[in-house]
Amino acid sequence: MSEMTHEGAHGAVHGDDHGHDDHSHASPGFYWMIGGILAVLTAVEVALFYMKPPLEQPLLLILSAVKFVLVVGYFMHLKFDSRVFTGVFMAGFVLAMFMVSALVVLYHFLPPMQVPAVG
Amino acid sequence: MSETTLNPDMAPDDTAPDSAPSHMQHGGHDEPTGLWSWITTVDHKRIGIMYFLTSLVFLGIGGIEALIIRLQLFAPEQALISAETYNQLFTMHGTTMIFLVAMPMAVAFFNYVVPLQIGARDVAFPRLNALSYWIYLFGGIYLNVSWFFGAAPNNSWVGYAPLTNTVYNPGLNADFWVLGLSILGVSSIMGGVNFITTIIQLRAPGMKLMRMPIFTWMTFVTSFLLVTALPVIAVALILLAFDRFFATNFFVAASGGDPVLWQHLFWIFGHPEVYILVLPAFGAISDVIPAFSRKPLFGYPVVVYAGVLIGFIGWGVWSHHMFTSGLGPIADSFFVATTMIIAIPTGVKIFNWMATMWGGRIKFNTAMNFAIGLVALFTVGGLSGIMHSSAPVDLQQHDSYFVVAHFHYVIVGGILLGMFSGLYYWFPKVTGRFMDEKLGSWHFWTTLIGFNVTFFPMHFSGMYGMPRRTWTYSSELNVGLYNQLSTYGGFILAISTVILLWNIWKSARSGAEAGSNPWGAPSLEWSIPSPPHHYNFPALPTVQSREPMWHEAERKAIEAVTLAHPEVEPEMPNPSYWPILLALGVTATWALVMTGIWWVPLIGFAYTAFCTYMWAFEDPFAKKGAEVTHG
Amino acid sequence: MAEAVMGHGAGHDASHGGGDHDGHHYTATGLNSWKVGFWTFIGSECLFFGTLLSTYMVYKGASLEGPYPLDIFDIPLTTLSTFVLLMSSLAMVLGLDGVQKGSRGKAAFWLGVVVVFGSIFLGFQYYEFNHFIHEGLTLQHSVFGSTFYVLTGFHGAHVTVGVIWMTTLLVQSLRGKLTPDKALQVEIAGLYWHFVDIVWIVIFVLVYLIP
Repeated sequence: MSEMTHEGAHGAVHGDDHGHDDHSHASPGFYWMIGGILAVLTAVEVALFYMKPPLEQPLLLILSAVKFVLVVGYFMHLKFDSRVFTGVFMAGFVLAMFMVSALVVLYHFLPPMQVPAVG
Repeated sequence: MSETTLNPDMAPDDTAPDSAPSHMQHGGHDEPTGLWSWITTVDHKRIGIMYFLTSLVFLGIGGIEALIIRLQLFAPEQALISAETYNQLFTMHGTTMIFLVAMPMAVAFFNYVVPLQIGARDVAFPRLNALSYWIYLFGGIYLNVSWFFGAAPNNSWVGYAPLTNTVYNPGLNADFWVLGLSILGVSSIMGGVNFITTIIQLRAPGMKLMRMPIFTWMTFVTSFLLVTALPVIAVALILLAFDRFFATNFFVAASGGDPVLWQHLFWIFGHPEVYILVLPAFGAISDVIPAFSRKPLFGYPVVVYAGVLIGFIGWGVWSHHMFTSGLGPIADSFFVATTMIIAIPTGVKIFNWMATMWGGRIKFNTAMNFAIGLVALFTVGGLSGIMHSSAPVDLQQHDSYFVVAHFHYVIVGGILLGMFSGLYYWFPKVTGRFMDEKLGSWHFWTTLIGFNVTFFPMHFSGMYGMPRRTWTYSSELNVGLYNQLSTYGGFILAISTVILLWNIWKSARSGAEAGSNPWGAPSLEWSIPSPPHHYNFPALPTVQSREPMWHEAERKAIEAVTLAHPEVEPEMPNPSYWPILLALGVTATWALVMTGIWWVPLIGFAYTAFCTYMWAFEDPFAKKGAEVTHG
Repeated sequence: MAEAVMGHGAGHDASHGGGDHDGHHYTATGLNSWKVGFWTFIGSECLFFGTLLSTYMVYKGASLEGPYPLDIFDIPLTTLSTFVLLMSSLAMVLGLDGVQKGSRGKAAFWLGVVVVFGSIFLGFQYYEFNHFIHEGLTLQHSVFGSTFYVLTGFHGAHVTVGVIWMTTLLVQSLRGKLTPDKALQVEIAGLYWHFVDIVWIVIFVLVYLIP
C-alpha cells in the first residue's frame, strides 16, 4: 500500500505521465509477436507437464508469471501507461499474492497440518 | 513543506467567524426539493446526509438490542429472554453495529466531507455513489426483516463454521446473515473504488497528496482496505452460501473440508475491517484537534505514513484472532510479532495528537472533547489489545468479557467518539447552524460516564471467567455486581443517545447560524458557504499549502473564488432513478437465493442486467427535453 | 466535449463530476477517471480470485474420495481452450487498434473474433463440466469438486459477462458507432477481458499443471 501511494504521488504531483493515456498503442505486428510468445510459452508449460523434468513446479510458476507480466504489461498497456494505474492494480495484486502464499504456507508447510488426514 | 512560508501559528479565530460575507446566502436555493429529489439524487452531500441518518436509525436498533442483552445479564441465572433469542440479539447487535452503523457512518463523512476538502464538485462516479447508498439501505432492511420471520441471524457476527451449516442451523437465520452481508459487501466495494478514484483524480489544482487534510488521507487508505478486504469476505460468504444452498463441502469436516479455513478467511477480512472502522475516526480527530488547538497537526507526514503503515500491516495480523485454534508455534509467533509491531504506528498517532495539543490554545468545545475522549479511551483499548497480542495471555482471555471490554473500548471509545467529534465539527457546514453546545456538553459527559460504567467492569467480569456470547451466568462466578454496573451504564448511554438525537433535531431547525468558517479551521471545506451550493465550488480554487485557510493571502485568494456567485452555474449531473432500481435488483437477486431453487435468482439477475444497460446508456448530462443521443 | 470521449454513461460520471466549469476534462492527474476506477476494480478482483484460488490450494489433497485431479483432467483439451482464450486476448488488442485507427472493418472483425473465441472457451468449459460430472465428480461429491467447480465456475461467469460486453461493442461497431473517440470505452472492456485471461493463466498452471 505504501508503494501504491508513492506511485500515486509521483504521477499526480509531477504530472509527468500526462499524455500517455491515449497514445500508447504499439503496432499490430508487435501484438502478434507478444501473442506468439504467449503461445510458445504455453506449449513449453504443457511440455514440462509431460516431461516432468527436475524443478518442474518452479519452472511452471516462473513461466506463468512471465505470461502474466506480458499480458498485463503489453496487452493491458501497463508498461506504457501512467504509474497511477500500476499503483492501484498492484495494491490489490500484491495483497492477493501475499494472502495466497500465506495460506499455502500455513496449510502445507507448517506443522501441524490443519487438514484432517485422509482415510 | 517548503511552500509553507506563512506563519502557521496565526490566530484565525479572531477574524474567521464573520469572514464570510455571503454566509447568509445558503446554497441550494435552486435545488429541487421533495421526496423524489432525494430518491433520485446523485449529489454527494445529500447522499452523505442519507447515509448518516440511516446509520443513526440502525444505531438505535443496535442499541436497543444491546439494552435487552444487558437486561438479561443484569443478574445471574435470569431468563428474561430465551437463549435462542439471546443468540439472535448478540448476533444482530454486532452485525448491525459494525456493518450498518460504524462503516456507513464513516462513509457518510467520506461522502459529505472529502469532495469539499479536496476542492471537487462531486465524487468521481456520482450515480455509483447513489447505488452504494441504496444497496446499503436495502441490505440493512433485508437483514432486519429477519426479525419478522422470527429468524434473525444467530451465528454471531463472525459466523464460525460449523455453527452456520445446515445441520446445526437449519432455519432461515444464517441465510439472512450470509445473503445480507453479501449485499452490503457489494456496496462497500463500489464505495471504495469511488473514493480512491475521487481522491486521485478530483483534487483541486495545487492540492498535492501531501497537502490533503488527514481525514481525506485516512479515507484514501480506508478505501484501499475496502476494495481489498471486502472481496475476501465476499468469497467466504459465497462459499458458505454454496454450503448452505447447494450442499458443497467447503467447511464440512466430514467431507474433508476445514471449519478453520472459515476463520482464516473471515479474519483476513476481519482485521483490515477493524482498521476500516477506526481510520476514518482517526482522520476526523486529526482535523478536529489542530482546528481547536490553533496549531497545525504535529508531524503531518508521520501521521500519514503511520496511517498507510497501519493499513498495510493490518493485513498481516489476522491470526491473532485464532490463537486458540491450534496453528502451531511458528505461525503463532509470527502473528504475535506482527500484532505487537502494528501497535507502534498506532501509538505514534496518539503522541502526534498529544503533541499537537501541547502548547496550543485549546478550545474545549464538544467536538474537541470527543476528540480528546477518543485519544484517552482508544488508548485503553489499545493497551488491552497489546495484552492479548501475546498468545499465552490470549489463551486465557479468549472469548471472555475481557475481550468484549477491549473491543468496545476500541469501537465505541475510538470509532463512535471520533464520529461524534466529526459530527459536532462538520454539522455547521452541513446545515449552516451550530449544534447546541449545552446539550453537546450533556451528550459528551453522559457518553463518557455511561461508556466507562458499561465497559470498564467487563474487564473484571472477563478476568473472573465470564464467557462471551453466553445466555446467562452462574451466581457462583461472583460477577453479578460487574454486570449490574454494565447494565446501568448501558442505560446511561441510552440517555446520552436521546440527548444526541434531540440536539441534532433542535440544532438543525433553530441552532445558531454559522458562517462559512465558523471554527476558523484550516481546510478547504471551510472556504465555501454553509451549507454549500449544490455545485460546491463555482470555480476550482488553487491550493498552495496544507492549511490554506490559515494563510491570510492564500485564504483571500481562495475565498475570492469560492464565495463568488457565478453567472452561469456549473453543469452538474442530472438526477437518476436507475441507482435505486438497480439496487433493488441487486438486493432481490440475493434475496431470491433463499428460495433454494437455482433459477429463481436469475429472474432478479435479468432485471439487474436490464437496469445496468439502462444505466450505461443514460446520459447524466443530457439537457432536459433534448433528445438523448448516445454511442 | 467529454461526452464524446465516452459513449457509456458511466464515463460521463467520471469525466464530469467535479470537473472545471470551463473544461470538463479537468482531473488532477490528467488521466481518465473511468480508467482509474476500473484499474482499482481489477485490483479488487485480484483479491476475489485470490481467495477462491487460496481455497483451492488449501484443499489440495484433502478430498476423501476420488476422482482426484490426476484421474480426470484432460490436459490436451484444456491446453486447447487455454490457447483459444490467450488468442482472444490478442484479438482484443487488435480490435482496439482497429477502433483507435478508425478502421471499422478491422475493429468489427477482431471484436467478432473475441466473441467467438470467448464462446468457444465457454463451450469447452461446458463440455468439461459435463464430462467430469459423468465421471462422478459433482459439486457436492468432494472438496475437490466443490473447490474446482466454484473456482472455474466463477471464472466462467466472468468470461460470460465479458462475452456479453464484447457482443454489445460488436453490435455498436457494426452499426458504425465505435468511432475513434470511443476508443477508451473499448480499451476498458479490453482491460476486463485481459484480466479474465490472466486469471486463467494462473488457474491453468496452479490447478491443471501442478495437481
